[in-house]
Amino acid sequence: MKNEWPLWEIFIRSQHGLAHRHVGSLHAPDAEMAIKNARDVYTRRNEGVSIWAVRSADVVASAPGDKEPLFEPANSKVYRHPTFFPMPDEVKHL
Amino acid sequence: MYAQMVDTGVKAVKTLADMSPEEQAFQRRIDADVKIEPKEWVPEAYRKTLIRQISQHAHSEIVGMLPEGNWITRAPTLKRKAILMAKVQDEGGHGLYLYSAAETLGVSRDQMVDDLHAGRAKYSSIFNYPTLTWADIGTIGWLVDGAAIMNQIPLCRCSYGPYARAMVRICKEESFHQRQGYDIVMTLARGTDEQRTMAQDSLNRWWWPSLMMFGPPDAESVHSAQSAAWRIKILSNDELRQRFVDQTAPQADYLGLTIPDADLKWNAERGHYDFGAIDWNEFHNVIKGNGPCNRDRMRARVKAWEDGAWVREAAMAHAEKRAMGASAKAA
Amino acid sequence: MTASIPATRNEALFQYLLRLADSPLVLAQRLGEWIGHGPALEEDIAQANVGLDLLGQARLWLGLAGEVEARYALAGRDEDQLAFLRDSADFRNLLLVEQPNGSFADTAARQFLFDAWHVLLLSELSRSGDARIAGIAAKAAKEATYHIERSADWVIRLGDGTDESHMRMQAAIDALWTYTGEMFTPDAIELELIDAGVAADVRSLAEPWRRHVHAVFEEATLTAPAEAFMQQGGKRGVHTEHLGHLLAEMQVLQRSYQGAHW
Repeated sequence: MKNEWPLWEIFIRSQHGLAHRHVGSLHAPDAEMAIKNARDVYTRRNEGVSIWAVRSADVVASAPGDKEPLFEPANSKVYRHPTFFPMPDEVKHL
Repeated sequence: MYAQMVDTGVKAVKTLADMSPEEQAFQRRIDADVKIEPKEWVPEAYRKTLIRQISQHAHSEIVGMLPEGNWITRAPTLKRKAILMAKVQDEGGHGLYLYSAAETLGVSRDQMVDDLHAGRAKYSSIFNYPTLTWADIGTIGWLVDGAAIMNQIPLCRCSYGPYARAMVRICKEESFHQRQGYDIVMTLARGTDEQRTMAQDSLNRWWWPSLMMFGPPDAESVHSAQSAAWRIKILSNDELRQRFVDQTAPQADYLGLTIPDADLKWNAERGHYDFGAIDWNEFHNVIKGNGPCNRDRMRARVKAWEDGAWVREAAMAHAEKRAMGASAKAA
Repeated sequence: MTASIPATRNEALFQYLLRLADSPLVLAQRLGEWIGHGPALEEDIAQANVGLDLLGQARLWLGLAGEVEARYALAGRDEDQLAFLRDSADFRNLLLVEQPNGSFADTAARQFLFDAWHVLLLSELSRSGDARIAGIAAKAAKEATYHIERSADWVIRLGDGTDESHMRMQAAIDALWTYTGEMFTPDAIELELIDAGVAADVRSLAEPWRRHVHAVFEEATLTAPAEAFMQQGGKRGVHTEHLGHLLAEMQVLQRSYQGAHW
């Protein structure tokens, strides 16, 4: 479709990680914005994170059936953690 | 935030004997709980149904940003404002993960957005209701996110890899959503008389629409059997709805709020809550476009898209200029 | 009305902290209006991040302001009392940040002009003689570094994008330029605290700001307006008509339900 921003696959190595992991994809008009968008979407701007962005069209894949890497858990601000909201013990399923 | 009444395009579920060899191999993998990954062969109906389901789920997240976004500028404390901004931002992120998962099935995001704006694609009925008070922000987190979590946790085990992984990521972020909602309602329920009234009024308006989120009764859900066979629908509408009532009724009791259902009663024999009849006319009307906010929601999304066209175009034009400049240098 | 110089250093410090808090607070409020309405999903998420950063900074400044107020008043107000119970005459934000969102170009221009100043201010402030101020500023400066990269990116892409985007960006810059002078004009409170080694001397930020902005404009094929009359007043609480509406919306629940806990 007209003016559709290309799709990029995003790979992230966390601060203490050993290798980049595939976390998902996003749309961006160019490489610089792909990296910045990846920081905003997939890391919520953690420091010391390494990001690779590759145009999806450039990814060459082996035959299907190989295992995909797992998602990295997203780090978060403190209020994103469920434990930030102490819930009464009597109330279940929260 | 998810998909209701997803049309599988299939009249009847095939038995293994009726399937082609390819379909049999595919079904056996699903039955063995092996994940299906992008670019693998799948029946066309599976692919189309998943696109419909995942995109409807994604659209729900995006449209769902609007009723809550409605209160960002009026949040009553800076902390609540920050939390609400983060929650709505998360919903945008969830929509993004889901669009990404759908794109692995051979549809583009722009195409899906176009389907939404043209009315060809649906989103969850619940987002066609208005947020009239701050209490609604709490109630949405408590009930609507609560209902969504019930649906999403089983989907973490669904058959399509990218969709399952998106669900895992979403579920990690979702429990903060429900808790912040309950925290808001709890604060109101323990507050002034006016605040308690606000909380009760909110529950009165959102309870039944929340039950409708789970979709029509199983007996009327023509497509559920096929979706279950494909493991893209793990629990039935009625099962989820019953679980939701069982979980939520005690939560309301704890707050001293009354669920607006005179027939709601614990049934010791069944081990579940009995609850009253849902007005399915309301549900079908809302799906048809007659809910309080359908027009406003679509108008807002279409406007954002159209107003943003020149921005997206400019970004592409700039990227092209840079690419041409780079290749000129390389030459 | 000219502000009379407060009797005590703490009163001056309190007033200065409001100046630091109110611009990010008002700008965060403006960015909050965009969430769910941006040109792309990725942009909604990114803008929300900027808004959340600015809101976080405002909260830190307001928290410190309340502590300082407690040193000379009967009690110090908390962040919510300061944000939700002051009227516009007591707000100290720059006029620039209260301007309406307008189109994406207006928002991008406003953000860029502000970020280019904010990153310099915070960098300067992280060397403040007041350790608390320096600490908050150092943390905020890291965020501002990211913000200015992003906002410059947009100015460049829109300035040097299509004819339409170029026109819109140029018009936006032309309209907002008159609010940029205020960023480099210290008032009596600031002058006193500059002498005390606590406040940043915003006059010294003008040249580096101009150089940075001009460099980005050049890459964006945009032109800086010729020197124009500069509007002032934010630091005196004399705002544009926009702030009243912004605050009415922001403060409505706290004003309507006196004493309620949220």
